[in-house]
Amino acid sequence: MGYTFAEKVLAHKSGLAHVKAGQIVVVKPDKLLTHDNTAAISQKFKQVGVQKVADPMMHVVVLDHVVPAANATYATNHKIIREFVAEQGIPAFYDIGEGICHQVLPEKGHAWPGAVIVGSDSHTTTHGAFGAFAAGIGRTEAAAIMATGTIWLRVPESLKIIVEGKLPDRVAPKDLILYIIGLLRADGADYCSVEFTGSTIREMSVAGRMVLSNMAAEMGAKNAVVEADAVTRAWLKGRVQHAYEEVHADPDAVYARVVTVDAYDILPQVAQPHTVDNVAPITDVAGTKIDQALIGTCTNGRLEDLAAAANILRGKHIAKGVRLLVLPASRAILLQAMEQGVIRDLVQAGATLLNPGCGPCLGAHEGCMAPGEVTISTANRNFKGRMGSKEAAIYLGSPATVAASALKGMIADPREVA
Amino acid sequence: MKTKITGRVWKYGDDVNTDVIFPGKYTYSITNPEEMAQHALEDLDPTFVEQVRPGDIIVAGKNWGCGSSREQAVVCLKELGVGAIVARSFARIYFRNAINYALPIVSCDAVDGVAAGQEITIDFERGVVATSAGTYTFEPMPPEVMGILEAGGLIPYVRKQLGIVDAL
Repeated sequence: MGYTFAEKVLAHKSGLAHVKAGQIVVVKPDKLLTHDNTAAISQKFKQVGVQKVADPMMHVVVLDHVVPAANATYATNHKIIREFVAEQGIPAFYDIGEGICHQVLPEKGHAWPGAVIVGSDSHTTTHGAFGAFAAGIGRTEAAAIMATGTIWLRVPESLKIIVEGKLPDRVAPKDLILYIIGLLRADGADYCSVEFTGSTIREMSVAGRMVLSNMAAEMGAKNAVVEADAVTRAWLKGRVQHAYEEVHADPDAVYARVVTVDAYDILPQVAQPHTVDNVAPITDVAGTKIDQALIGTCTNGRLEDLAAAANILRGKHIAKGVRLLVLPASRAILLQAMEQGVIRDLVQAGATLLNPGCGPCLGAHEGCMAPGEVTISTANRNFKGRMGSKEAAIYLGSPATVAASALKGMIADPREVA
Repeated sequence: MKTKITGRVWKYGDDVNTDVIFPGKYTYSITNPEEMAQHALEDLDPTFVEQVRPGDIIVAGKNWGCGSSREQAVVCLKELGVGAIVARSFARIYFRNAINYALPIVSCDAVDGVAAGQEITIDFERGVVATSAGTYTFEPMPPEVMGILEAGGLIPYVRKQLGIVDAL
C-alpha cells in the first residue's frame, strides 16, 4: 500500500520510515514565512526567553500587508520588524515594494519541491504550487518555531482532485477553483492535504497553479500541492540555487476522497457575498451594479492575470463611476508588465495603479469601501466587512471577469466582451 | 486547566470566519488584548461584547474560525473570559491558535441541542457535553496537544521544553 504526498514529505522530514494520516510528527520546517505580523511575533518570541532565533536561514520576512505604512502605528510596526531582522541576522528580508509574501517567497528561491514551508498567513498553501508542503499557522506558533526551530504537525488525510480537459476561452484557473470550492464548500477540505492532478493541471502555468493552491485555503486545506513536473522545474531554474529531491505521491496511495472535474464544462464563476463558497455561474449574477473593481492580490496579481485584463481593456475605457484598482503582486511582475505595455493599457483604460502589496484586500488602506458599495475583486475572500464597511458587498471572480465588469459598470461575462 | 466547566451559551451558525470574529482592518492597528476584546464578533453580533460574561461558552456549527490565520480571533474571546468553544468542527489554524492560547475547544454536535442563554457543562475528562436536550460526546485531545493546554498555552509549554524557568 502506497503513501500520499503529505505522508511521504512528513515521514522524510521527521526522520521516520513512514507515517500515516492522523499521526503527530515533529519537523524542522525548511522555511518560516512571516510578514507585517513579524513585529507581534518577535514580541511573543521574546516572551519565550531566548535571545537568538534557532536558525536565521529558515526565516523569510516580507513587508506586504499595509505598505507603505498608512500611519504612525503601521510605521512603528515596520520599524520594529526592520530592527528585529537586523538584530537576528536574518538575510531573507524583503522590505516594502518587493511585493506580496506569497509571490516574493518563490520568486526569491525560497520554495522548492519537497520543502516544508510554514507561514503565519493562511494563504501559505500557495507554495504547494511548487510541489512543497506548505501550511498556514498562527503568530504564537511562528514565535515557538523561532525559538525551537521545530513544529508539531498532524499528518493530514488527503483529498485528490483530478481535473481533465481544456478550460474554455476566457475561463481561468480562478473559475476552476471557485467552481471546486462551490462544490466542496468552505469546510470541504478541512485538515486535508489536497493533491491537484489531471491533464488540465499539467497544462497549467505556474501562475495558474498558484491560484489553485492559494484558494484551497478557502475550503479549509492544510496544504494543496501540485505535483512537480517540467513546468515547475523550468520556473524554479535560476531561482532555487541548491539541489532538491522531488516528492511524488505513490500511485496506490490511499485518499479520504477523490473528486473528478471536467474542465470543458466550466463557465466563468463568481463568489457572491459574504462567503467564498457562495458560488454561482456568471450568467446568474451578470448585471449586478459595481462601484469598484480590483485586480491583484496573492491570488491573481501575476503577469498573466494583468495581461488577461489588459486584453479586455486595451483601447477602451472603464465605465463612468467605476474605480478600477490594479496591484501587481511583486516588483518583478510590475516591471514585466511595464515592459510588455500591460500597465500602459490598463492605466489608459482608467485603472488606478497601486504599489505591489496586499492593498485593500484586508480592509486596512488603499481602496476600502463605504456602506452600500460593491466591489468585484480577484482576491480570495469576500467576508462581511473585509474591505471596509460591513454594509459593503464583495464579489470574487477571475481577472477577465473583473476587467469585463469594470468596462460595463456591472458584473459582466468576459466571453461577451470583445 | 479545569476538568469540568459550566457556562451560559452563545449560539452561532456554520462557517463563522475570522473576519467577523475580529475584523482584518484592526489587525495591525490594535495590539492591546483589552482593546481587541472590544471588537470581538462586532460584524456578526454587536450584542456579544456588551453582554458576554466570563465563563460563557460559544456553541456553533461547522468550520468555526475559517479564513485568516489571525490569532486575535482567539485572543479577543480569551480576553473576554470565554470559557470554551464547542463547535461541530473547527478550521485547522483556528484550532491550533486556540490550543496555543489554552482556550479549550471541543468538537461535537452540541449546537443541535442548545438554545442561546441556556447553561451547558463540559466534562473534559469524560469527553461529554451535557445540555438540557441530552449529552454529546467528543474525542479527547491527543497527548501532545493536551500537554500544551495543560501548560497554559504554547509559550509556557516551549519555555518548559527549553528548560527556561524564570518568571515571565
